[in-house]
Amino acid sequence: MSKFKKKKSGELPAVNTASLPDIVFMLLFFFMVATVMRQNTLMIENKLPFADQVEKLDRKELVMYIYAGKPSPRYQQKFGGEARIQLNDKFADVKDIQKFIYAERETKREELIPYLTTALKVDVETNMGLVSDIKQELRKAEALKINYTTRIGDVGKNK
Amino acid sequence: MAKRSAPEVNAGSMADIAFLLLIFFLVTTTIETDRGISRKLPPIQDENVEPPVIKQKNIFTVIVNRNNDLLVEDQVMQLTELRKAAMDFLDNGAGQGEEACNYCKGAKDPASSDNPTKAIISLVNDRQTEYRTYISVQNELVAAYNELRNRESQRLFGMDYTEMEAKYNDPNYRGNKDKMEKQIDQVKEMYPQKLSEAEPKS
Repeated sequence: MSKFKKKKSGELPAVNTASLPDIVFMLLFFFMVATVMRQNTLMIENKLPFADQVEKLDRKELVMYIYAGKPSPRYQQKFGGEARIQLNDKFADVKDIQKFIYAERETKREELIPYLTTALKVDVETNMGLVSDIKQELRKAEALKINYTTRIGDVGKNK
Repeated sequence: MAKRSAPEVNAGSMADIAFLLLIFFLVTTTIETDRGISRKLPPIQDENVEPPVIKQKNIFTVIVNRNNDLLVEDQVMQLTELRKAAMDFLDNGAGQGEEACNYCKGAKDPASSDNPTKAIISLVNDRQTEYRTYISVQNELVAAYNELRNRESQRLFGMDYTEMEAKYNDPNYRGNKDKMEKQIDQVKEMYPQKLSEAEPKS
């Protein structure tokens, strides 16, 4: 009966799992950093066109987003197949744009208001009629700085 | 001592490796930012204001119809030729005397624009035009301006205009921004972006 009994030989030692939390945290952090939070749930198809003369939209807090495009398949029964505007999480009408711009301005600090940009995320298949209506409303609301959000690539890919 | 158990793998440094990887990814990933063509809309004009008189030869009309075809200066054109045509028009510089353009390298065709500062590109869409065509046309026209500005900027300051503008807008850029602003303004003045858009025809 010796105190120094040998371990049972022949069995493999268990794999050390002490670092598992580290790995999990690493993955967690990675995805936390790399994911871009989408502010709005898209209810429309939103395939952006290609362009190469682009500028960056750096300050996200100074950008207002207006989406336009055909409603996604699951909304098509209710809203039809015509291109629509989406503001925040709802389908909107052209005349809601001014209200939307004023509401967005309310939430920003006063000195930042001249720097506000409106990003137009419009689906490639939308007709210019709708886009012109949006632009006309923006002019009325005096939101003159706009940015047509695009993907980067040659315009030849727009076919 | 017939069999020996395998020694346990030392996992103490595992956490270090994990953190090393974490920091590596933290540094290398960039959060995607949106990019696009920036434009400025014209403010709403008073109805009573008389529009200024502009010589027809200083206007370059681009019409896009409902079938997404291009009509440039009354001629059918492919999108690929648009950039060249716009550059030829802007850089023409046929002006004499006060309107002369001493940095233009164009053909000096008297039927085309007098001076880049006078030249206006007018874009007319149809309501049925597709957005993709519109963006393509916008992109080509902006590219025409950018190419000319780059050329002059290279000649004067040895740096591309687009590069200068990117640096100017970069908050982390450590350089003389005041000087750069003046240079940007100087190039902008040589080729001002006069791109007018009419209300679309239905």
